[in-house]
Amino acid sequence: MTSFGAGARRISSRLRAGGGGDRVLLGLCVAAGLLATGLLIEVVYQVINGARPSIAHFGLGFLVHSRWEPVFNRFGAAGAIYGTVLSSLIALIIATPLGIAIGLYLSMMAPVTVRAVVGPMVEMLAAIPSVIVGFWGVAVLAPFISKHVEPALHSVLGFIPIFGAPQESGLSTFTAGVGLTLMVLPIVAALSRDLFLTVPPELTDGAAALGATRWEIIRGVVLPSTASGVAAATVLGLGRALGEAIAVTQMIGDGTGIHKLFSPGNSLASRIASEFPTPSSTLDIPSLFYLALILLAIGLASSVVARAIAGRFDVHRATGT
Amino acid sequence: MNVVAGLEARDPSLPDPTAPLTASGNLRRRQAVSRAVDVGASAAAVIAILMLCEVVYTVARKGAPALSFTFLTRNGAGLASGGGIANALIGTAAIVAFAAVIAVPIGIFTGLYLTEFAGRRSPSARVLKLVLDMLQGLPTIVVGIVVYGLIVVPEHRESGFAGAVALSIIMLPIIARSSQEVLLLVPNSLREGADALGVQRWRTVVGVILPAAAGGIATGAILSIARASGETAPLLIVNSIFNPTSTQLMIFGHGVPSIPMYIWSTYDLPSTTAIAQTWGAAFVLLLFILLANVGARVLLARTRRIPT
Repeated sequence: MTSFGAGARRISSRLRAGGGGDRVLLGLCVAAGLLATGLLIEVVYQVINGARPSIAHFGLGFLVHSRWEPVFNRFGAAGAIYGTVLSSLIALIIATPLGIAIGLYLSMMAPVTVRAVVGPMVEMLAAIPSVIVGFWGVAVLAPFISKHVEPALHSVLGFIPIFGAPQESGLSTFTAGVGLTLMVLPIVAALSRDLFLTVPPELTDGAAALGATRWEIIRGVVLPSTASGVAAATVLGLGRALGEAIAVTQMIGDGTGIHKLFSPGNSLASRIASEFPTPSSTLDIPSLFYLALILLAIGLASSVVARAIAGRFDVHRATGT
Repeated sequence: MNVVAGLEARDPSLPDPTAPLTASGNLRRRQAVSRAVDVGASAAAVIAILMLCEVVYTVARKGAPALSFTFLTRNGAGLASGGGIANALIGTAAIVAFAAVIAVPIGIFTGLYLTEFAGRRSPSARVLKLVLDMLQGLPTIVVGIVVYGLIVVPEHRESGFAGAVALSIIMLPIIARSSQEVLLLVPNSLREGADALGVQRWRTVVGVILPAAAGGIATGAILSIARASGETAPLLIVNSIFNPTSTQLMIFGHGVPSIPMYIWSTYDLPSTTAIAQTWGAAFVLLLFILLANVGARVLLARTRRIPT
């Protein structure tokens, strides 16, 4: 009886000791989770706090005014918002169909050995640092676009006002959009490949057994069953394009206000990157914080929207990050 | 009687099961369309590969001539023709190493919390996953701005430390998410076996679960380090004022030169020698990042092959 009691005491004391270790580990893990959550709150607070003088001074009119004149303490975000939307749209128009096509190729057409090489290579596009993409864009892409692509587009689509005359340097909103394709494409391609791989083989095999060709399987089974996921992948790619600062700053040519497609422009992120290190008036830094607040709102919204569209698909898995 | 009525009332939008199976459309045309789509999709993959090859080839072609022993061991590239990027390399290594020291443990603990302590569908896990999604979706320039308000403004000076904190914010969600994923792959039988033997949870985690997931966690850490070492936007905001000829191993209290900032500040100089050196720095950075990515993939493939 006594020995049994002693044994029970020993076990319970050992449990307590282990419970201590458990508690330490749980505490560390909870602290890490809380830190990450607190970090996000701190991000929102810091951006709002930094933007406060500009918000007080310009109010919501900041969003619709396009004059950006730091020397006269006059700021408006419309030009930067316009440039952000335009360059991101160009990137998405090129990258979405291309990325979906690559996803289809990798998931349904390529032999396994090809898949194992091509898939990682496409994903590696996303690993190239943006400063190198921008450097390449200035040295290679911009001259090519200003010599060949922009004149061609201007001569064909010049009747639409936005396709104005090309500039000499090739640094333009259009070039920035094309350069952004490099960053958006691997996201859309990798995500859509992983989505297409989740389509149950019973469905595709069933369609094949009914005599459907590969295209008919894709159009009738694969794309409809993954449409929401593809939309989410596009939104994530859009988020990447909207927030890119460095490469866009290098390629977009640093103009302010609202311009045509082939003229130098700016985006929210590129305005911050090019002006933050050298502010020229009292409201300059707060106004750049205000731009960052817009960027933050768009960025967080795109995360939430992508999550909402994707539903139960865990879309982030595919980015490899 | 009822059965017959049911048959008559069947939904007219459904195909008639009694109709003979007839091929619709021209089979040759359908196959031609399908083949055209195959060709288009393959072409898209070729375009993506060509993009990668074009960028890597351009950087290698223009950067390789600048590489030399002195280029990697001296300071002051961009200022003189005999200069090198040694201090920028050391600075990047110091900043990224410090960022990793902050982000890797926090990221692993966050992943552990999600897999070992919070239930899969619990509210806290859902919130934390959403937070990680949002942190990962933050534009990197916004991260820079936040650290500017958080550290640079109170300290009244830019510093390598602020840069390291910014990079750690970028690395944290990457590491947390990849840790969570590999921890989920650890078979539950290992946890149950340890529980059945009466092993405490923390001993299970330290002795069984983390070793089983070590390869995958290391892969995530390497990928995040590769990502952080090329990151420019946050450094531009919080670590852009520094002496370009000094070698800084300590990152506190002063700005530290780095490879991305070196490329950023010299890529549009009107001097061919300076541009050649910038290509050299870009080549070194790209080489490191691509090798780290390939290495991480090889590591992941090897760990996946070993049955746990």
